[in-house]
Amino acid sequence: MEIIISILAGLLFAVGVYNILQKQLLRIAIGTGLISHAAHLFILTMGKLKRGQPPIIQDGITQYTDPLPQALILTSIVISFGVTSVILVLAYRTINENETDNIEELRGNDND
Amino acid sequence: MTNLAILPIIIPLFAAIILAFTTKKVKLSRTLAKVFAVINLMFVIYITYEVFTNGSIILETGGWKAPYGIIFVADIFSILIVLTSSLLTTAIIFFATRTVPEQKEVHYFYAMVYFLISGVSGAFLTGDLFNLFVFFEVLLMASYGLITLGGGKAQLRESLKYVLINLFSSIVFVTTVAFLYSVVGTVNMAQIAQRVHEVEQQGILTAIGVILFFVFATKAALFPLYYWMPKSYVVPNPVVSALFGALLTKVGIYSIIRVFTLIFIFETELTHTLFLWIAGLSMIFGVIGALSTKDVKMIVAYNVIPSIGFILYGLAVFNQDALSGSVYYLVHDMIIKAALFLIVGIVVYVAGTSDLKKMGGLIHNYPVLGWTLFLSAFVLAGIPPLSGFIGKLLLIKGSFANDEVVIVIVALLSSLLILYSVMKIFIQGFWGEKQIDLPIKSTKGLLSPIVFLLSISVLLGVGAEWVYPNIELISEYLLDPEIYINSVLKE
Repeated sequence: MEIIISILAGLLFAVGVYNILQKQLLRIAIGTGLISHAAHLFILTMGKLKRGQPPIIQDGITQYTDPLPQALILTSIVISFGVTSVILVLAYRTINENETDNIEELRGNDND
Repeated sequence: MTNLAILPIIIPLFAAIILAFTTKKVKLSRTLAKVFAVINLMFVIYITYEVFTNGSIILETGGWKAPYGIIFVADIFSILIVLTSSLLTTAIIFFATRTVPEQKEVHYFYAMVYFLISGVSGAFLTGDLFNLFVFFEVLLMASYGLITLGGGKAQLRESLKYVLINLFSSIVFVTTVAFLYSVVGTVNMAQIAQRVHEVEQQGILTAIGVILFFVFATKAALFPLYYWMPKSYVVPNPVVSALFGALLTKVGIYSIIRVFTLIFIFETELTHTLFLWIAGLSMIFGVIGALSTKDVKMIVAYNVIPSIGFILYGLAVFNQDALSGSVYYLVHDMIIKAALFLIVGIVVYVAGTSDLKKMGGLIHNYPVLGWTLFLSAFVLAGIPPLSGFIGKLLLIKGSFANDEVVIVIVALLSSLLILYSVMKIFIQGFWGEKQIDLPIKSTKGLLSPIVFLLSISVLLGVGAEWVYPNIELISEYLLDPEIYINSVLKE
């Protein structure tokens, strides 16, 4: 199970990085969203995937789920949710002000 | 008493929330911003005193014992950096109340500044690697707000790059934390260190360490990951540039020092050789950048890169003198960078342009401003007996002890060129014919925060006899990670 999720996360990373390297701003924003999903999947996988086990440590119980990755993932999802919305708004404003959504044309040397 | 450790995070946080509500009443928020800055500074001074006399203050939030709950560690290293950042943020806020346009003030300027301070203090004080990521996000989110505030064309363009590069490095950070968690099964820094020591840092851990280094190097703007930094630090308001230049890159280098003196300390052959190369290249490329431009703001922004190189260089040499030099230089650089960005902000304001070719003769109308710039250039380059000198002296002493001669030559040459690059502002901007058609603008009250910062800086150099023993304590403490581990895990 872990291996499948790891491959999935790797794929998401690849697609995300590919999108970040594109010229269109919207694609870049989508790319950042994809790699943050990949990172979240990674966190979940690193805590070992198990089904049907409670996250409780008790004497005599050997099978339990690790609750920490889930706590981490929750925090991380909330943060990436916020940042993605910031990026989208910022990209929208930048496109309107500079009248282009092409990152190549946003290089610029003038400080106006 | 242990609750003291969280006050440098909580006070700015409350300040930010209150200031978010008073944003329409500009005069009130100005006063409140100043009052909160002073309150925060006083608490931090008290906590520093406590830590230096009675040892580290460790807060286990919610009463959860150390490896399980989130902890905050105010030890002598972190609290010194928090003290430095509180000192300079106080000066910057006093400067901001006089210069920031009202239009920006009503758009949550002070609230965002305080969120930034809260995040920065949190990143310094946390004892938990995942929590470090969270505080990074807090300060980055505030910085996204500040950098885009009042955005014009260029500002939005550069902020977008800033946001994207930081977002990407944050995601890599989270992934690295996940890797580390899968290997050592914890995110508490002391426990990670303990477990890494037990297994003597195998190959996989070194690999994770190097990835972590590159994450922090992106935030600290080290070679080859600095290309996003100079422009995005130049476009916002000078107050924001000063905050960023003095605090944000330093959070990155602080994290590098913390992680590589506490956790990954067994493969120094590999990692610290890498650091030495990167430190040297940062000095060279940063200085080349500073010399290549005619824009006064860009000169100062590029000067951030070699100074981060200097701090990393002390870590790379990794003996007591060099580490003392790093800590000394870190404190010195935070203060002087804040002062320089503010000075350059005033220079651009009075000259009406940031292009050196169009400036000249400012000394006739603004003598005090000219001489503060002159003095701060000396402090920055490390002319004895000023504070930069002590830091560099220690660094060089440390590297001679380890027979690292090439890096000493690079460091000394780049200091010389740093001096030249800032002197260029003084020579071309302040000397020369008086420009008659230029209207004289009042700089009343703007210089006092800068003079405050500069006098701390001079004191750090002249009073080295009192400061140095404490810095030596810190480097001893950093070289022996057992002290940190035992104080947190209480064994």
